[in-house]
Amino acid sequence: MSTHLTRDLGVLHRNLLSMCATVEELVHKAVDELADPNIDRAKELAKQDDEVDRFDVSIEEECLKILALHQPVAIDLRRITTVMKISGELERVADISVHIAERACALVNQPGIEVSEKLQEMASRAVEMLHKAIDAYVGLDSQLARNIVESDNAVDELNREIISELMDTMQQHPELIEPAISLFSATRHIERVADHATNIAEDVVYLVEGEIIRHRAHFR
Amino acid sequence: MTIMQSFTELVHQRQQRESAKRNRPVESEVTKLDVRNLNFFYGEKQALFDVSMTVAERAVTAFIGPSGCGKSTFLRALNRMNDIIEGAHHNGTVLLEGQEIYAPDVDVVSLRKRVGMVFQKSTPFPKSIFDNVAYGPKIAGQRNHKGLSEIVEQSLKRAALWDEVKDRLQDSALALSGGQQQRLCIARALATNPDVLLMDEPASALDPASTSRVEDLIFELKQNYTIVIVTHNMQQAARISDWTAFFYQGYLIEKDHTQKLFTTPKKKQTEDYITGRFG
Repeated sequence: MSTHLTRDLGVLHRNLLSMCATVEELVHKAVDELADPNIDRAKELAKQDDEVDRFDVSIEEECLKILALHQPVAIDLRRITTVMKISGELERVADISVHIAERACALVNQPGIEVSEKLQEMASRAVEMLHKAIDAYVGLDSQLARNIVESDNAVDELNREIISELMDTMQQHPELIEPAISLFSATRHIERVADHATNIAEDVVYLVEGEIIRHRAHFR
Repeated sequence: MTIMQSFTELVHQRQQRESAKRNRPVESEVTKLDVRNLNFFYGEKQALFDVSMTVAERAVTAFIGPSGCGKSTFLRALNRMNDIIEGAHHNGTVLLEGQEIYAPDVDVVSLRKRVGMVFQKSTPFPKSIFDNVAYGPKIAGQRNHKGLSEIVEQSLKRAALWDEVKDRLQDSALALSGGQQQRLCIARALATNPDVLLMDEPASALDPASTSRVEDLIFELKQNYTIVIVTHNMQQAARISDWTAFFYQGYLIEKDHTQKLFTTPKKKQTEDYITGRFG
């Protein structure tokens, strides 16, 4: 492998790891807002999202440069396409994190509504999935990645249960419709975090094994 | 060991483990050439070691590998082009549609009519364009001028050269550009109506535009012919072939669908070669 390609891939790897760390921190803070919303902190998160956007653009530019100049194949090609996709997933997670914090802030000065334990549990599971997906990428652990894909079902189930509970709350307590809608929205966003973690895990399986497992259920 | 090297090592270990768990099905193919346990020697020196491979009909099979890996020797063994080299000998079998091409009763000239060859350097005869293409059919006994004209026109059309030379068929072939000369050699090979076309780096001496024309032509030709191509240009192999075989130090290391070989090769040596880590 040429020295240039080695150097460029090394830079790419380091940039993606920095982006992973930033996004993980962002999503952690956003979920914490649900328990203790604070408008100033939410604004800070929006700033951090700008940083993630810059990472996303610079990683994409770097990948395109490598594709054009080195025309990589095999593991190098899989690595670059995976990095491009993971970067895109992380960028969406950062956006969603800001939305979660915004929904949490919408609860401030609203009639009291309890953030259920289920929602807290779902949030911690989604964050853990993302954390493990990044671990799977760093450790090239496709078995861990496959486990993450499986674990998305549990988050989907929690999502359905929480939505159902919120619907009941809105029917029984119309005065709570507005905060309930905020929680409803936050729930959907958290569920999307788990989906993006799943996508990253699927990308890791492709990186390591060269097998595309996305949408596998639909093709059976 | 650099970060990137350790990354590649690790991916390979994981990949082998996972692919061993999941046996992937092999697609069926119609076999044109079937080579079994071929060992080839130049005098004392062994150039090929126990190579077994099938070549699919009406498809492009590319051979890649570093210089001296045996890919050209293997290609030339497919139409006995190595016979003319003193001291060259082999064991093993090479079957063309089930018939052993090294059997004592095989007429080598007839074999080479069925298995045509195009070389790296275009080698037009110092004759007219017409005579270059008509040369093979004439030797094969075609004397009728009308018949020859038809063969020449059809061969030049198949080689995508007709429109450029139809008004100057009696001009010297040596006056053509490099790219045109190579397509003329392809037309000359097609004139004997072969089943298989062997190409030894057919585009390596051509500029990018001529290379692109030859690559387009190979894509067209595979509708009717079985094509085997040796190339040093891996991007070219990736672009034009259906199957790719990687040779190293006289051994066939891996042969697979081109897309698969260039995205997820099974063998580490293949991975290292195509990613430029050695060779």
